[in-house]
Amino acid sequence: MERSRPPKRHLTVSDDPKIGSRSSPRPRGAPTDNFGQSHGAGHLPFRRLPSPALMAPPPPPPPPGVRIVFLSLLLLFLLTSTAADSGAASAVAPGQEEFTEELLLRPLPDRKALAHFHFRSSAPPADSVGRHHHLFPKAISQLVKKYHISELELSFTQGRWNYEQWGGFDPMSTSNAKPPGVELWAVFDLPLPEIDATWKNLTHTLSGMFCASINFLESSTAFSAPRWGFKLSEGNLRYGALPREAVCTENLTPWLKLLPCRDKAGIASLMYRPSIYKGYYHSQKLKLRSSQSLGIILDQTLTVVLQPNTVSGKQLHSTHGQLQPNWSMRHLFNRKLSGKCLVSKSSKIFIEVDKGIADKVNKTGSGLSWNNEFFELSNNPDRLIKGLNKLEVQSASLYEYDVSKYSEEQPFDVGITWKLPLIWSCAPSPFHASRFLMGSGNERGSIALSFMSTNLHKQIFGSTNDCSIKAVIFQVVPWYVKVYYHSLEIFIDGNRKTVSEVVDKIHVTPSEDKLLPGTLEMLLKFPCNMQSATLTLDFDKGFLHIDEYPPDANQGFDIPSALVSFPEFNSARSYPEIDALLGSPLLENFQEDSIVKSYTEALLVPLTTPDFSMPYNVITFTCTVLALYFGSLLNALRRRISEEERELKKTATRHGLIRLWLAKLRGQKVDPMESGSASESAGSKKLLFKVVFVAVAAVLFHYFSNNS
Amino acid sequence: MGALSVYPVLLCYDLGLGELAFRFLMREQDALHYYSIIALFLLPSLAKNTYLSENALIPGSANPLFSTEDGIEANRFMKGIEAVVGDSIGGSGIDMANFIAQQIEDLGAEVCYHRFLPHSKHFQPLKFFTSTTNDMVIQPNSTDINFGINTIGIVRAPRGDGKEAIVLVTPYNSQRVQSNELLSLALGFSVFSLLSRAAWLSKDVVWLSADSQFGEYAAVSAWLNQYHNPVFLSHTVTLDTKIYGANHRYDGSSEKKGFKSFKRAGTMAAALIFKVGETRRHGDRDSVMMYAEASNGQMPNLDLLNVIHYLAVHRQGFRVNIAAFSSLLSSAWLRVIAEIFHTLGSVLRKINPDWKLDIMVPDYVEGTANLANSMYNQALGVPTGSHGAFRDYQVDAVSLEFLPTFHVKNENAKSLFLLRGGRLIEGVVRSVNNLLEKFHQSFFLYFLTAPSKFISVGVYMIPFALLLAPLPIVAAALADGRSMEKMVDLVDDSKADGSADILQSKSGSWKWLQAAKVLLVIQLWAVLVSLIPYYITQIPDCTPMQSALIWIMLSIIILIALYVMFGSPYSAGVEWKLLKATMITSISIGLGLMSIINFATAQLGALIVIPMSLFSRPLKASGMNFLPRAVLLASNVALAVLGFPPAMLLIMKGLSKGSWIVDIGDFWVWMEFLWEWSSATYLYIFLVHLPCWLLCINVLLHPCHQPGEAKMKQE
Repeated sequence: MERSRPPKRHLTVSDDPKIGSRSSPRPRGAPTDNFGQSHGAGHLPFRRLPSPALMAPPPPPPPPGVRIVFLSLLLLFLLTSTAADSGAASAVAPGQEEFTEELLLRPLPDRKALAHFHFRSSAPPADSVGRHHHLFPKAISQLVKKYHISELELSFTQGRWNYEQWGGFDPMSTSNAKPPGVELWAVFDLPLPEIDATWKNLTHTLSGMFCASINFLESSTAFSAPRWGFKLSEGNLRYGALPREAVCTENLTPWLKLLPCRDKAGIASLMYRPSIYKGYYHSQKLKLRSSQSLGIILDQTLTVVLQPNTVSGKQLHSTHGQLQPNWSMRHLFNRKLSGKCLVSKSSKIFIEVDKGIADKVNKTGSGLSWNNEFFELSNNPDRLIKGLNKLEVQSASLYEYDVSKYSEEQPFDVGITWKLPLIWSCAPSPFHASRFLMGSGNERGSIALSFMSTNLHKQIFGSTNDCSIKAVIFQVVPWYVKVYYHSLEIFIDGNRKTVSEVVDKIHVTPSEDKLLPGTLEMLLKFPCNMQSATLTLDFDKGFLHIDEYPPDANQGFDIPSALVSFPEFNSARSYPEIDALLGSPLLENFQEDSIVKSYTEALLVPLTTPDFSMPYNVITFTCTVLALYFGSLLNALRRRISEEERELKKTATRHGLIRLWLAKLRGQKVDPMESGSASESAGSKKLLFKVVFVAVAAVLFHYFSNNS
Repeated sequence: MGALSVYPVLLCYDLGLGELAFRFLMREQDALHYYSIIALFLLPSLAKNTYLSENALIPGSANPLFSTEDGIEANRFMKGIEAVVGDSIGGSGIDMANFIAQQIEDLGAEVCYHRFLPHSKHFQPLKFFTSTTNDMVIQPNSTDINFGINTIGIVRAPRGDGKEAIVLVTPYNSQRVQSNELLSLALGFSVFSLLSRAAWLSKDVVWLSADSQFGEYAAVSAWLNQYHNPVFLSHTVTLDTKIYGANHRYDGSSEKKGFKSFKRAGTMAAALIFKVGETRRHGDRDSVMMYAEASNGQMPNLDLLNVIHYLAVHRQGFRVNIAAFSSLLSSAWLRVIAEIFHTLGSVLRKINPDWKLDIMVPDYVEGTANLANSMYNQALGVPTGSHGAFRDYQVDAVSLEFLPTFHVKNENAKSLFLLRGGRLIEGVVRSVNNLLEKFHQSFFLYFLTAPSKFISVGVYMIPFALLLAPLPIVAAALADGRSMEKMVDLVDDSKADGSADILQSKSGSWKWLQAAKVLLVIQLWAVLVSLIPYYITQIPDCTPMQSALIWIMLSIIILIALYVMFGSPYSAGVEWKLLKATMITSISIGLGLMSIINFATAQLGALIVIPMSLFSRPLKASGMNFLPRAVLLASNVALAVLGFPPAMLLIMKGLSKGSWIVDIGDFWVWMEFLWEWSSATYLYIFLVHLPCWLLCINVLLHPCHQPGEAKMKQE
């Protein structure tokens, strides 16, 4: 805490970028001799410094400009030295900011190709907020410092990851398959009461940074604090998702701005917008990790699934006995790669072949050379890396290319050409999880989560049937979908099970109207030989206040994707052939422990939506009814009966003959008793006559004026 | 708002509008009935042209991608499926389903089967009322041989989030395969294959090839039920072994397990059912028949019809038709009415060019025929096709039946037809795909007078309102025990000397309780009568004739029993006017309620019930001249006969088919039809119409010798 809040003066001084840039590459030690003690005596970092500067005699005070320069120099020196002290053990080379760029390409079983861009920028630990950076984006470091973030992940996704075809049991799907829309989670290094306020500020900052409506996660109805269902935390984790957020170039541009070469050079220059947005899946992610020892590590990844164009120009889908489409980088991105981004430490391209392909190639005995019986790569790779999964079984293999050798004159391109038709499948997750809505109407419904076994456990645990598989469900439901958690029903292979039979641990945060979303974290234990399981939860649909409806209320309301993870399954790879420390950050990520997880579909709940023009109609109708009522009331109150009677008698004598004639026409007997009323009706007839006369006159006038 | 409310206040104040309206209603209560009929006949000339309300639909803005290649694809599919049908001798259902599934799989789309049993007949008149269908899903078990298989293909939108889906349905009868049904399957497949390659999709597309061997509706509704209300208990695995046991051609691959699970896409945005009908010899252009009426008079959003009509007529050159009463098209009296309206309309137009009421005679006749059919179908409350199943789940759906003019063997004409049909469906899918919100902009309550003309709820409510408006006042007047003519004047002179009259009539102020009791007994009888069929259906092997006879006998027995228990209406000494007043009250309540559930039923019902109740007068009652009395009596008897439901059915049957053979069994069949489809019309007939009819009969046969009557005469 103490180190992350330096004195104000340092902040202002080193925040000036001009001074910082001038002063950076000086050798350590030398200039501090003069001024160290006189100006730094009162400041905390100076005291900790075991520097010879402290012993020097006090010199005369320098002019202010010089003073600032030296101060910042001193600060830089201090920072680098403390980083060197603490960060020696970390994987990141201490003291220096680094940037690496990598790209992984992989053919997919359904004739598509996956491209995974990975950029890592790392900054050494720094004391002050306003430290100058060479490569590391300053916006991010300020964000980390200001909000005390120890971990953060923000993803923008369009399209769905196809867990059946593209795999569900490899590092790519477990860490890079994200739910559609925006997902944000962050772990704060703050006391618990301050976290919610910080989260709100963070969402606004990110919203501004990425041109997205992440600020909608600010409301307490939009985010939740999972305890163990999403990730183990002590209450300092916040999670929010916006399933409806559209993702486009406006989100990509600020993301690219964080890269030192943007998309002008290096691997990022492959990101030709029409190509990468044409894909079937597009997920742009930003992951931050920050700690005292590591500094800040920023991983930026972009995962796209593209459809390579086939020779005939017509897209063909997977059919048996047909060749996979041949593709090259040029082909996929419509761009060529001319060398690396100059400031990057390493710039590598990998082509990964799945276990399915590798096994088939190995079976033929030719080994996994780059030119084998099934396929041929256009370039000779620099290295072949064989990966092992957790059970020490060979999994996907990688061909590595170093881009740094290539330049503008000699652009790099690599492609894959298939020689024989090959059908393989990616390793699935133990259960295929899907979620759907049941029921219809605007009143109530149910959420159902279904698990279909992929029989993976047989491959892993053997064919023992008396084991069990754990699955963790994490689901956030907005408050207007009022889930009754007691109505949880579990069916396994068509038999109803009691909750206690299957659920090991459950943590429910019930929703509060207009305040809190409902959160469900549940640890389930399924028998291994189970083929299918279904969980259902009933819910009532709530009513919203008229101004709580979004502009397109009639689309329905989203329930964000649920996350299903299988804690007993780990998708980590290991690469025994390469040195763990010198390897690429991409492979480093693959080696990290990550449990198998998969996101379910987002759901759309149609809620009752009012006719938004209804208030107007209601006002008009009620006013008319009220007017009729008050009009007749006023009429009755105002008229003086005796006076009217006199009037009526007068008219009765006048119109007696006409009335008689009229009555005869109607076949009535003339009753002298009725005379009063009849005369009044005659009075109203007179009125009616006047009205009709005026109307006819108006019509005639209209007619003649139109004709003339 | 102030200005808005002040104006009518002043108006009412000056004219005493409320009073005028009351007087008008009292005087013109009989005339209102004629006004409403006139208003009803005016409806075709008041119909407006349809227009697209939802701007997002933009139909026809994109060039259709459906090309001749897709037509060739459809031909290839058709040849393939013809071969499959030819090969298999016995049950071709499984083979056809397998073939379709294989074709879908080759496109890279997801596929699954859905097996279902025929829908058994249920007595479920109140189903429309419950939001969730508590319909028991019968899972076919391995012992059943006779089941249908739907094949479902799903295209996942490349960049979509999978929250919404568009459903395309092509029904085919797997047991009796016809070439036009194969053509519709081929059309469906070619559109589906185009959509599986479309990059612009934002909603998933589901293609349901529905096995219609038990009827189209049964197949579609079984699938929808499984989609929305699945039952997880005893999920049969035998289903899959059965399908694969019968045919081992396609197993062995890893995709096989994918077939097992029932697959879903998101919330349905809209559904389009299309089939190719029998070749029509006459007519110059291929036409499309559009069916939209769902259960209980629900209609899909008008925008969906607009999109189809616009694309079919203005882009693909189809002729779009809606169902019409063909007998009305050639009727002379309608032509005469049309002429009258035309002349009147042209006169009015001369006065004000903005009054466009001078509809052309053929247009008027056709509009009336369409309107009558539209009203009849809505009033019947039975869906006109499998789109009704979708509407039960609040999904907008419409059925299209292509009526080609060429022979199916004519390859050139067929490929041209496939091209146009495919482009039409592609265009509709594209428009719905553009939608951000569900259909809500346009009308849900309307009648169609032509495919592009409609009458909205605001207009067609007028005749009904005219019919219903005088009822409460007439009832009040009758209950007051004074003649109706006097009632008019009561308003006037009650101000002056009303107090004396009120004192006079106070003596009989509790008499209505007797009448209410009679009404309650009759209502109770009606409820019992409407429930009897449930028990009759439990009797095994009962012919419709027997059932109907049992029903009628039981009804009469119950009525007698109730009269014995609670006393007959005459024994209690109820005045016929009070009886009539309670009857009118109950009618106005019943019609008002029914107009909320199914407006068309209420409207058509009111046309019969209201004159029947208003004219009803005891046969023995005197106090009128001979001629009016005779006319009144005749009309009373005629209306009472007309109002009896079986008689009405007979007349309708006679008018439509020309056969006047009395068969009581028909009535049973007809009623069975209504309750099977859970039509609210059944409830209307038995809970509103029948008690009203019985009360009318009671009034007609009223002995008229109560002291009250004598007192009336003295007055």
